Amino acid sequence: MKEPTTTSRLAQLGGALMRGNSRQYGMAIALVAIIVLFQILTGGLLLTPLNVTNLIMQNSYILILAIGMMLVIVTGHIDLSVGSVVAFTGAVSAIMLTSWGLPTVAVVPLALVIGALIGAWQGFWVAYVRVPAFIVTLAGMLVFRGATLAVLGGESVAPLPQNLRSIASGFLPGQGGDGPHLPTLLLGALGAALIVWIQWSSRSRSRGYGLPVAPAPVTAAASVLTVAAVLAFTYVLADYNGLPIVGLLLVALIAGYSFVMRSTTMGRRVYAVGGSEQAAALSGIRTQRTTFWVFVNMGVLSALAGVVFTARLNAATPGAGTMFELDAIAAAFIGGASASGGVGTVIGAVIGALVMGVLNNGMSLIGLGVDWQQLIKGLVLLLAVAFDIYNKRRVNTRPAAPAASEPGGDGRGSGGGSAPLADRERANS
Amino acid sequence: MRQEERRPASRGGPLLSMRDIQKEFPGVRALDGVSLSVGHGRIHALMGENGAGKSTLMKVLSGVHPTGSYTGEVLVDGEPCAFSGVADSERAGIAIIHQELALIPQLSISENVFLGHEQARYGVVDWGATHARARALLRRVGLDENPATPVSALSVGARQLVEIAKALAKRVRLLILDEPTSALNEVESTRLLELLLDLREQGVTCILISHKLGEVVRVCDEVTILRDGRTIETLAVERDADGTPSIDEDRIIRGMVGRELDQRHPPRTGEIGEVRFQVRDWTVDHPVQAGRRVVDGVDLTLRAGEVVGMAGLMGAGRTEFAMSLFGRSYGRHVRGSVLKDGAELATGSVAEAIRGGIAYVPEDRKSLGLVLDDDIRHNTTLAALGRVSARGVLDPGLEAVEAARMSERMRVRSHGTTQVVRTLSGGNQQKVVLGKWMFTRPELLILDEPTRGIDVGAKYEIYLIVRRLAAEGACVLLISSELPEILGMCDRIYTMCEGRITGEVPGRGADQETLMRLMTRTGGHP
Repeated sequence: MKEPTTTSRLAQLGGALMRGNSRQYGMAIALVAIIVLFQILTGGLLLTPLNVTNLIMQNSYILILAIGMMLVIVTGHIDLSVGSVVAFTGAVSAIMLTSWGLPTVAVVPLALVIGALIGAWQGFWVAYVRVPAFIVTLAGMLVFRGATLAVLGGESVAPLPQNLRSIASGFLPGQGGDGPHLPTLLLGALGAALIVWIQWSSRSRSRGYGLPVAPAPVTAAASVLTVAAVLAFTYVLADYNGLPIVGLLLVALIAGYSFVMRSTTMGRRVYAVGGSEQAAALSGIRTQRTTFWVFVNMGVLSALAGVVFTARLNAATPGAGTMFELDAIAAAFIGGASASGGVGTVIGAVIGALVMGVLNNGMSLIGLGVDWQQLIKGLVLLLAVAFDIYNKRRVNTRPAAPAASEPGGDGRGSGGGSAPLADRERANS
Repeated sequence: MRQEERRPASRGGPLLSMRDIQKEFPGVRALDGVSLSVGHGRIHALMGENGAGKSTLMKVLSGVHPTGSYTGEVLVDGEPCAFSGVADSERAGIAIIHQELALIPQLSISENVFLGHEQARYGVVDWGATHARARALLRRVGLDENPATPVSALSVGARQLVEIAKALAKRVRLLILDEPTSALNEVESTRLLELLLDLREQGVTCILISHKLGEVVRVCDEVTILRDGRTIETLAVERDADGTPSIDEDRIIRGMVGRELDQRHPPRTGEIGEVRFQVRDWTVDHPVQAGRRVVDGVDLTLRAGEVVGMAGLMGAGRTEFAMSLFGRSYGRHVRGSVLKDGAELATGSVAEAIRGGIAYVPEDRKSLGLVLDDDIRHNTTLAALGRVSARGVLDPGLEAVEAARMSERMRVRSHGTTQVVRTLSGGNQQKVVLGKWMFTRPELLILDEPTRGIDVGAKYEIYLIVRRLAAEGACVLLISSELPEILGMCDRIYTMCEGRITGEVPGRGADQETLMRLMTRTGGHP
């Protein structure tokens, strides 16, 4: 598909940052376009320091969920229960804080453990019993919504301790007085330096292996652009109150999960299981265990989102998290995930979530009603996926190299492979 | 034209004649001037090795390969036909029953029998008529079942009969059966063959594709033999008063394999060393059907540098043996032992088998061998990620270099190792699968139908790779249905039938007749 041209070299460079995929570049460009559009439509309100800070805080829990959802979708499954799990873990956390009087430092890890247990419960049914994830998590959606109502007795629990609330609405501590927030700027500079170091060291490693690399000026240009973008972003944040604590959490999650999915054998196995479970199994990958842990991970991230959302609302309510699962799923698909599994990146999910977030925020700023917001978001999801499918078909049809189809082959024995393997897996559990 | 075809057959000419059919696939000429003539009310056998062109010819006849995708003439009752789909051939009274049965398991027998042409008035199904007619058809095929029974509750043999009833419901004149008895036991097979004789009395003409020589000489009136996409000969089978046929199985085998082995296989290099792997009393049960043994007490030995063949017909249990050996990826109650250099080897999971030096190149490369939407690089390293990572962190540069090196060694033709494997040709895909397993540095490489659906050039390259691996001292177990491949490549050959080893012959001096006889030796031990 890729001709060895300058464009593909540039693409390779981009691929160093994100696992190459057309929809992702498309959506990154679309995100910029949407930002520019609303910046104009709102008369510059969108990118004010206050609004950018709000954007991060408003979308933090969807971003957290989108990362986990991307992993689930990459393995070829879906999780409809995350909204209910957010509500349930939030409710339990609130009760532990208020009724039981536990400190926040104990409650947050406990909430994550509860999330892990919920994920393990669902992962067990999906991976080992092989109930379709759609069914398992649809059941989970009802079960944990019901459990939330039961735990809360149908009423909200509020208010919550200040130190919990600061998770969602606090900022990095900084100097008093005026001027931009210095620690934020320092962190920004540090982050930019780290990215530049990664860019150049991976370039020199590739060169060490005798692989083709982008010319130095191109890498340099990329470095300058990243530095500029990171510094501009942190400056905007610093201009208001500095980096939100939840923003720092997000940066850590995005960096961590990107690294795991792109650069570790664990991540590679997740992609392989989603791409072809049977081929993965015959390559020695424990596919059931992989699926199980992906669901455990989703449970933990749902619980984290639950804590953040409850903290932001300063209350645990029975209706918390409704429709969050759909936002997270939409973000993953807009960001380039494939419904059949095996394809998708963490960065893509983040971009997808930001597209939805900026659309929400921008449309609210220009006074569009919720009715129009939903309608437009729905169409964006549909068009993003349709565009990608159209693109793939075009690329796939071009190299006319159909595999020589069975000339007179009696293709019988192939049945000996596929079905028995699935049976075997089932028998195994 | 179609109206005319429906008229009662004019008894003069043949029911079907196919003349000079040529059909090409990219890189392969599957049919190269095949002619076939089938008379009214006859049972006509179509024989040939795998890849000889039988199935392709039947796909041309049934409209699966539509008119225009082949050259040559198809005449039914002397009228030229141009089928553009299966619906057209069915209208002409031709029905094909495939190896994979086309029944919907959740629906009842009657619903399946009348699927697509329901007994209905204004779209409302007349269940009374449906069941009554289905009952009559089931009587005709000798199946004593309630038409309301779901097909999923039937045995494979009974399903076969339902398929035939379905064809009869469409007023079939020419029934094509593609290896109908390969999945049936002895009793079921006999019953099916008797049904074909009954149908012949009722005027139904039949084309039977089968590998089982015994049943062919028992029931068929003519035998047409295909080889390498050509018609070799058509033999008439006469029977005297006590039913002894005029030709025997050897005569047919000679027709099927009558060719010299030429330079299509690279010569052997290297020496055969000590025994490395031994498999003892390997027995596997079917994963779903309780008590059915798919592999039964298989013993074999593999020496360093030796290419060992495993020959057998479809359903002999070869793939099942290989997959169960490879980390128990198939079957239940897998028992028996694997010894490597005399010591017991753990093969309880695929990961263990790989660690033990076993690699398995599966028959179905697209769904079992590759992650199709991923690139060459990632597919190459998937089974040995440890070689391109340290403490779980991948080294993308090392991976790129290793994948490129392997790709070059396997002579994969691509734009580069970042090309998605789905876009490669079948031969190149197979080389990527081979490369993936070579990357695990196997000591025992099991190849399952490694050249199926691959053109001649790529086949030769794959043989070269196998030879080289053997010369480096690895053991190779080559499973193949193509006897020339087995004879051309192997130092020693096991034959398998019905889950058992039925023979062991040295590769040198073996011939196809011997193998074919051993491969069809049912019931007995060697």
